[in-house]
Parts: sequence; C-alpha cells; structure tokens
Amino acid sequence: MDYIGEHLLPGQLGHFFIVLSLVASLVASFSYFRSAQSKIDTDAAYWKKLARVSFIIESFSVLAIFSILFYIIYNHLFEYHYAWKHSSRSLEFKYMLACFWEGQEGSFLLWSFWHCVLGLILIRTSRKWEAPVMTVISFAQFCLATMIAGIYIFNWKMGSNPFVLLRDAGVLDSAPALHLDMDVNQALRPDYMASIKDGNDLNPLLQNYWMVIHPPVLFMGFASTIVPFAFVIAGLWKKQFGEWTKPALPWALFSAAILGVGIMMGAMWAYESLTFGGYWAWDPVENASLVPWLILIAAIHTLLIYKHSGHSLRVTHLFFILSFGFVLYSTFLTRSGILGESSVHAFTDLGMNWQLLAFLLVFVVPALTWFIKSYKEIPTIKKEESGASREFWMFIGSLVFFLSAIVIIGKTSLPVFNKLFGTKIAPPEDAEFAYNSIQVYVAVIIALLTAVTQYLKYKDTPAKYFWKKIALPTVLAVIAATLVLVFGDINYNKKGPGFLGAIWLAVACSIYTIIANIAYIWLGMKGKLKLSGGSISHFGFGMVLLGILLSSSKKEVLSNNINGIPAPLGANEDPRENLTLVKGLTSDMGKYTLTYEGDSAHPKKALWFYKIRFKSKDGKEEFVLQPNAFVNYKGNEGLMANPSSRHYWDHDVFTYITSLPNPEKQEDTASFHTTALRPGDSLFYSNGFMVLGDVKAKDSLPVELFGSNGSLHEASLKIFSKTGSIYSVTSKLAVAKGEMLSLPDTIIAESLVLQLQKVNPDKSIELGVKESNAVMKYVTLKAYKFPFIRLLWFGVLITATGIIISMVRRIRAAV
Amino acid sequence: MKKIHIVLLVLIAGTIAVLLTFLKTASTYDTVDTAMAKPGKFVHLMARLDKTQPIEYDALKNPNYLSFTAVDTTGRAVKVVYHSAKPDNLEISERLVLKGKYQDGFFDCKDIQTKCPSKYKEDMKATDKTLQNNAAPLPAATNSEAIKY
Repeated sequence: MDYIGEHLLPGQLGHFFIVLSLVASLVASFSYFRSAQSKIDTDAAYWKKLARVSFIIESFSVLAIFSILFYIIYNHLFEYHYAWKHSSRSLEFKYMLACFWEGQEGSFLLWSFWHCVLGLILIRTSRKWEAPVMTVISFAQFCLATMIAGIYIFNWKMGSNPFVLLRDAGVLDSAPALHLDMDVNQALRPDYMASIKDGNDLNPLLQNYWMVIHPPVLFMGFASTIVPFAFVIAGLWKKQFGEWTKPALPWALFSAAILGVGIMMGAMWAYESLTFGGYWAWDPVENASLVPWLILIAAIHTLLIYKHSGHSLRVTHLFFILSFGFVLYSTFLTRSGILGESSVHAFTDLGMNWQLLAFLLVFVVPALTWFIKSYKEIPTIKKEESGASREFWMFIGSLVFFLSAIVIIGKTSLPVFNKLFGTKIAPPEDAEFAYNSIQVYVAVIIALLTAVTQYLKYKDTPAKYFWKKIALPTVLAVIAATLVLVFGDINYNKKGPGFLGAIWLAVACSIYTIIANIAYIWLGMKGKLKLSGGSISHFGFGMVLLGILLSSSKKEVLSNNINGIPAPLGANEDPRENLTLVKGLTSDMGKYTLTYEGDSAHPKKALWFYKIRFKSKDGKEEFVLQPNAFVNYKGNEGLMANPSSRHYWDHDVFTYITSLPNPEKQEDTASFHTTALRPGDSLFYSNGFMVLGDVKAKDSLPVELFGSNGSLHEASLKIFSKTGSIYSVTSKLAVAKGEMLSLPDTIIAESLVLQLQKVNPDKSIELGVKESNAVMKYVTLKAYKFPFIRLLWFGVLITATGIIISMVRRIRAAV
Repeated sequence: MKKIHIVLLVLIAGTIAVLLTFLKTASTYDTVDTAMAKPGKFVHLMARLDKTQPIEYDALKNPNYLSFTAVDTTGRAVKVVYHSAKPDNLEISERLVLKGKYQDGFFDCKDIQTKCPSKYKEDMKATDKTLQNNAAPLPAATNSEAIKY
C-alpha cells in the first residue's frame, strides 16, 4: 500500500549505507588481518591496500549514515521512528545534535564515527603497526555496525536500526484511530501521516548545552581507549613486547585527557541541569565511565615506569586491556537495562543484551587469554626496585588507582551480581558514603604519592638530594595546610570524627600535591613548561581533589526549614530541606531573605522561569536566580526542574524548584462559610483566629457613584496566625444605586479570603470566610551553597592541559 | 619475597576486605511484609502507590511532609511518610522504590525513586491515547488542515 506524505528515500539510502559499512568493515578487518599475518612483503602490501580502501569506504558510509539521520531529524520526517521518538518541531537547532545521541543507535554511531577518525589518523601515522592495530579497530567497527544493523537472522534481531519507520516500529499498532475502520486488525490508513503532526521531543533534562558537547567528547574518550588496547594486541601478535609502548603512549595520554574532560563535562551537566544537588552522585552510569579512566591512568604510569626502568611491562599490558575492557563492560552495564533499579539515567533496554555481552567477550576473552599465554615471554627485570626509586612508588600509586577502580566497579556491579546469583542485595542506606568512605583514603594515598614521587629519581635516589629538594615545598605545604584547616572551618560532622579526620588528612595531602608539583616545575624542571606536562597535570589533579573535598564537605543547605519539626532539633534530625515561597511575600532563609517575584514562560514550550530574589540580611548582596521547570511537558505529567546558580569566586549559590501547585488541580472549590460576628468577637480558622474590631458606616458619599440611598460600611479585622504573624484587613460593603457590592479581601499568606456580607444596624456583621489554596501562587525550592566548586573545574582544565603538553612532547619523541 | 609483592598482597587483601564489608552493609529489596518483619532496618521497599488512598501533601503548610499509602504486589499496604517535597510524578508512577525503614507503624522513607511509564519506553497505551486524541477529530484526510494543535 502507498501511504501519503512519507519520504522513503532517505531511509532506503540509510539502510544501504548501514549494510555497506557492515560489509566494508568486515572486509577491512579480514584484509588487515591477512596483511598482518603475511610473511611476503608484496602480499602484505596488497592486502593492506585493500584494507585501506575498505576502511575508507566504511568511514564514508558512517559519515553518510550520520548525515542522513541528521537530515531526517532536521526536516522533521516523523515517519521515521527515530525522529518521532527523539525530536519535535519546537526543538531548537542546537539541540538537534543532542537528540541525535539521546538514543542508543545515535550514540553507537557517534562512537563509530570517532573510530573512523582515529582509524584514518592511524593509517597515516602508525607505519609498521598499521596492519595489526587496524585489524582490531576495523573489527570493533564491524561490531558497532552490527549494533545499528537491525537485521533479522533466524528470528533473532541483530542491532537496532535508526531508520525504522514509525509504522514498522509497532508504536501505531494499538492505535485504532489510525487504522481503517478504527480497527487495529485492519491495515493502517493511507493518510495516517496527517495525524502525526509532531514528535515526542528530546527529554527536557537533556535540553542543555552541555548535552550538545558532552557526549561527543565522552565518546571520543571511550573510542580512543581502543588505540592503546590495539597496540597491546599488536605487540602480543608480532611478539614485539614493549616496542609498541612508544607509539601507544601519546594515544594513551590523548585518551586520558579527552575521557577525563568528557566525564567532567557530564558532571557539569549534572550540576547545571539535574536536581540531585551536586555534580557527582556515584551513579552507576558515572562510575562506569570513571573506572576505565582510572585504569587508563594506572596504565600510563606503569608504561612510564617501563620506559625509564624496564619494570612493570606485564602489568601495563593488563591495564590497557582492562581499560578498554571496562569501556565495553560499561557499555553493557548502561545499555542493557540491567541497571534499571539502581540508576537514574541509564539507557532503556533495546533487547540487545546478548549482543552487548558478546561485544564485551569477543574482545576481552581473547585478549586476556593471549596475555596469559604470552605472560612468560614478556620481558621483565628480576632485580628488585629500590625503595628509594621513583618507579617503586609510582607502581604503588598505579596499583592503588587500579584497585580503587575495582572497588568502584565491584560496588556498581551489584545488579549484575544479583542477576547471576539470584540474590536480592540492594545498595546500603547511604550509598554515596559507601563510596566516599573508601575513596577518601585513596585520595590521601594518591595525593601524598603525587606530591612526593617526582622528587625521587628513577632507579635510586640519594637521600641528600631528595631531602634538599623536597624540604621547601613540604614546609610551605605544612604552613598552607595548617592555615586552611584552622581557618577553613571544615567541620563535616554527619559521619563522625573518623571521617572528618580523613577529610582533613586528604585536604592537607591535596594541598601538598598542589604545592609540591608547582615547586617541582622550578626545582626539578628549571621552569621548562614544555617538559613539565606531568607536574602541571598533577598540580591540576591536586586542585581537583581539593575542590571535591571542599565543595562536598562544606556544602551547606541554605533552605533549612524547621517548620513542622519539634524544636529543638534532635541530634540525628535533619532539618528539612524544602522551603515554600508564596508569590510576593518575603521569606526568611538563613543569611538571606527570599522573594518569589513572578514567573515568565518560554515563548514556545511549557518551560517556566521562576524569578527568585535573594537579598542578604547584611545588605551586601542582592541577586535574582531564575530556576526553571518544564511543567506537564508533552505528556510528561509533573515538573522537570533545572537549577540556577549564582557564581562567586569562592562559592556558588544553587537553587532549584522541588514542587509547584498543579494548575489543573487548583480549581477553587472552597466556598464561603458565613458567620455572624459582633465587634470584639473572635472567629477561628484552620491556621489561627481573627478578631472583629470597629464597624463603621461612612457618610457623605458621592451621590454620582452611590445614588441617593447608598451606603458604605467598613469592618476592620485583625488576623492572628499560628505562625505569629498578624494581619490587618478592612473589609468593605457598599450599597450603590440599589446594588450590593462587596469585594473579597485576600490574605495570601494564610490562604484566606474574607467577604463582608451584611452589616446590621446594631453593628453586628455577617462575615464570609473561605480557605482556599487556589488563591496563591507559590514555589517550593531547595537551595545550597557550594564552596570552591571553581577549584574543581579549573583543576580539570589544568590537568587536561598538562596531559596534552606531555602528549605533544611524546609525539615529538616518537617521530 | 620482594617488597612489591608484600605491598601487592596487602592492597589486594584490603580490596577484598572493602568489598566484603560493602556486602555486609548492603541492604535488601523487600516487600511490605518482609520490611515490617524487620522494623528499624533500612530496606528498599518495592511497591506502588495505592491510588484509592489519599495523598497528604501541602507545600504551604509544610513542604517537608508527604504521606501516602504504598501497596506491594502481594496486596499488602503500608503508610509511608517522607520528609521532603513530593516527587512530582508520584501520582503517575507505576512503581516505587522506597528507601527507608519501617518503624512506629509506618514506613519512614529517606528517598523515593519513581518509575514512570515514560514515553521513552514507548508505553503503548500512552502512545495510543495521544494518537487517538490527535486522530479522533479527523473524519477524512481532506479536511485535516482544519485541525489545530
């Protein structure tokens, strides 16, 4: 049947290029394999040429798939499921890329795209390593191509195709309105496209600029971990153990810088657009990307040990294999749906679990087997390292990094453990503390080693040299750390003195790292920045650690609310963290007063901005924050809030909306209850009571307004709220030109509406009282103070810069 | 034995110890009955919102008090108290993971994770509903221009 309004050509082209990329990557893998295996030069060259052509065709196909999918999204071709599911007509251009990688298919494509870029660079640069290294990468490309193939093999669906049509995706099957005769068993109406006017749109939480750039950077990081892995395999294959380390080192450094920055961009996104109140929550998805990075850093350090001393080559093999292995394991964790219970933001299950598992095993199992089989052949040094050598302590540092990664991934794998053994173990009460309580000691050890180790020489260090060099930075660090600890007011006491002590120790050690590494640039490297990549990145890493420790341990809840808790607060009683602000009314919050001044709407979307004015009580600060929220956005009932923060050099004030009155449920159903009152009488309402004061009749009323028999009565009321507030209201009742007029008076803060309904000659009155929530607009919010968060962001930048400086130096050395 | 091997052993033993302690502090996934059986113990209660019972939350009176009834798959119900703002998708959630402990006759909840029939999971019913709403006023293709969204 022909359907009206469909554009089928892009999809057909897309399918073609998917198949082409699948075939081309398989040909490339096979040809590179033959080239690497061939003992005859001309034969090897022939296969290599074929492989290169195939890889270039493959790269072109991936680019074509990418462009076609973007074309579909850009032109709102909602007959394609991917566009319908992830985008909409109101989506801004800048978020079109973000919606591209909201789905699994798009993010696999992104990953594949970076492999192409890296592969093309390797073809140009890796010379004799090209064939074995590219065999691995081409094969990974083949695996990724299967993920988006969407081909059925004996009823088993391989991959999920991004060019599936909406009508083939099953979404419309249960919609009778779109079928002939309103019957789902009948065929689809030929004009069904006429009622598909708009797509589902990008998840509002992902409508953030960080979501445009964080995934590409992160995936470049993920993709690049394959390069050192491929060099390890190439080394094992060609039995040129150790030789591969030279070309692999710059790639490993590149990967570490990009992956690190990618992870922290994700943290920035979380900080700016999620509402768990921070940048890191030890969520499985975060852990899964951190673990490969930690292992990669360990691998880089053991590689440097090998380069300078000949030790640690074996473990370097293992670390590079595992760092890529854990990228694949993370892929399995975050995409298989196995984290469902424990993660807030894993991908949804596409029913590809076995395929993902196969992707993991097909690389890790042969690599580890090969490594174990060649273990004895990999050269090692029998002589023991000296305890005063750099390599000894660097090795311990790498080992601690690696084991800390294992601990993290072990805890994260709880759902896998449950699945394997049928257990029902849940994360502990304070899941974050379970990580922090261990990682704080890792921070202490790593910071200490990072500070000291550079002052040791490879092989052996004369004691005199060491103490002479390290004395000055140590003294400076002791002074600085003492000052920070004495005046820094770091008194995080929620977890007892032991944990606080550990935080203090870690703060002191990270200050030591910062100072010792800056000092080393002059004391050890004589100020030559080009050679000081290591010290610069270690200095940045010290800042990262210090920033993490300070911002977390000194994080303050500003919106403390003791309303509803019996005072005094019990020792273990948390002050409640949400505060409600009624529009126009100034409320008290710690050192600030807050006013909810109003709201404004996004011109196109159900996105609201809430204007909250912060004024410090000492009168020194005044600013407006505009946290926003998507309200009942496109079928997502409820609100999705984005925080807003005010940045200072030393802290951020951070706030977000936690609750709003639901406009639809806010119909004013309450009605007036009428009570007779005399002056001096009091009347109770739910939140206090009111007293009727004077009742007066006004005379000399203007005849043109009131007519001849007009009257105007005023009744003054005092309202005493339970909260201690007192309000005065003068209610008026007018009779003008034979008509009775009485405007209700509203006391917003008390949700109270009063109406003077009748005044008797004896000054007794009838008062209508209504209590209603509908009269008020309010927001409920949380506010935090994050101190020294900038230290963290700058630290990340400096660390990455340092790594890149090292990389440039190593590339020059490798050429 | 080399120094490095001693360090290696100590660190690996430490890692194993850390992981085992973690398993010890870990909590469990429970139903209402099993949660009630261990009062005061922190558990993950798997349940859903009992929509026949009222939800008590008034941000104006106290933004940090939410109370509702949760019912598990066996049909057992328990009153839940949560001292924070009401998760906005509570009413439409199809499952809840309630982290807290049962004590004094109610479930004192520290954290609520709501599982919603998200459109990203392509709930067929929700999709059909929107499509039906969109399509219902469409008598024929010819006058589809008249339909405004």
